[in-house]
Amino acid sequence: MSVVPYRSPYPGTQPEYLHRPYVSSIRRAPAQPPVKIPQTLSEVTGPRFDATEIAAGGFDLTRQHKGEPLGERIVVSGRVLDENGCPVPHTLVEVWQANAAGRYFHIRDQHHAPLDPNFTGQGQMLTDERGYYRFVTIRPGEYPWGNHYNAWRPAHIHFSLFGPAFATRLVTQMYFPGDPLLPFDPIFNCTADEKAKNRLISQLDWETTIPQEALGYRFDIVLRGREATPFENPNRL
Amino acid sequence: MSLQATTWQTVGPYFRIGLSPLFVSELASSSVEGPRIAVSGQVLDGAGEPVPDALLEIWQADARGRYAHPDDEQSETIDSGWSGFGRIPTGDDGSFRFTTINPGPVRGAGDALQAPHLLVGLMMRGLLRRLVTRIYFPGEPANESDEILQRVSPERRGTLLLKPVAEGQYLWDIHMQGKEETVFFEF
Repeated sequence: MSVVPYRSPYPGTQPEYLHRPYVSSIRRAPAQPPVKIPQTLSEVTGPRFDATEIAAGGFDLTRQHKGEPLGERIVVSGRVLDENGCPVPHTLVEVWQANAAGRYFHIRDQHHAPLDPNFTGQGQMLTDERGYYRFVTIRPGEYPWGNHYNAWRPAHIHFSLFGPAFATRLVTQMYFPGDPLLPFDPIFNCTADEKAKNRLISQLDWETTIPQEALGYRFDIVLRGREATPFENPNRL
Repeated sequence: MSLQATTWQTVGPYFRIGLSPLFVSELASSSVEGPRIAVSGQVLDGAGEPVPDALLEIWQADARGRYAHPDDEQSETIDSGWSGFGRIPTGDDGSFRFTTINPGPVRGAGDALQAPHLLVGLMMRGLLRRLVTRIYFPGEPANESDEILQRVSPERRGTLLLKPVAEGQYLWDIHMQGKEETVFFEF
């Protein structure tokens, strides 16, 4: 059988595995180039999740404990599209982040900023039928890390998405506009294409801002899209 | 309309916070048909040190080679207890273990069948985007004609094969670099 493959990335818009300024990549990036293969049924299928598999309150990270978390409340929302501009409906979005003080609720985070007993930093939701997602959280803090002397990560939220296929998997990080740490961060700067990199920065969004309560940030996400038709590219499987 | 796919970023060291609710290391519930197997191994970096913060995601067909996905025209006949998805973090010693069933052969190009295989997505701190590889079964005659396996040079094919240790028990290590570097794919 022939499958309609997902498109290859535009050159420079995805990071190389080895990016020396990001020191952890040196021992962990493969030394051999990847083997190019055609997409088969295995790559164009993938796991799907429904509302029964995720926590009901997963879209509000500020209401998962008895009390309210410390920090500036924000609303993060956006639309998930594919490269053809089609919405990606009912797909799982998982997010995680540090608390307002820049500390993760994780045993390996030994940064001596305080943990917040009212904030785990874990969210889950599905996009709606038009591909929109939305969650309420607090603005994560910046934090130091060991990559190089005086290294600090800009404020960010981790995103994980599946899309319709194994081939459309995406894990990324969302940043905040005007963060002065962005030019110094080797992870944010790992991608050659300037525009692609800057699309990881969310935009202040008055539409979703809740007056007197929470600023809104918009972060749209694009997943790999399929080649238009199987006939356009008859040499691919 | 043509957009560009969003840039990948590393999963980082703290993915457990966001991704642990869907950790799955037993892929097959008791109602699912097929011979049970267990796969265990270790993820090792370029210095041979264990990677304690890696995450494996498995995607596989059921015992009859069907994917639980609408693009597989046979999907409606699948046992409702089968999703084919696994998500397993490594432990402090870089080790992982999961149980599943032997997948059946999956349809490939033309009339060909692919040899039974599992897809593995690999993420970790230090990896700026996911790596993808495949697990194949040793001694499987269909390996000889598998369109994907044949694209791998013979001397590296062994990195994709499980090593049997007992009935239904296999070992499979992932080497990020070095002489035994695991083969990773791009598609």
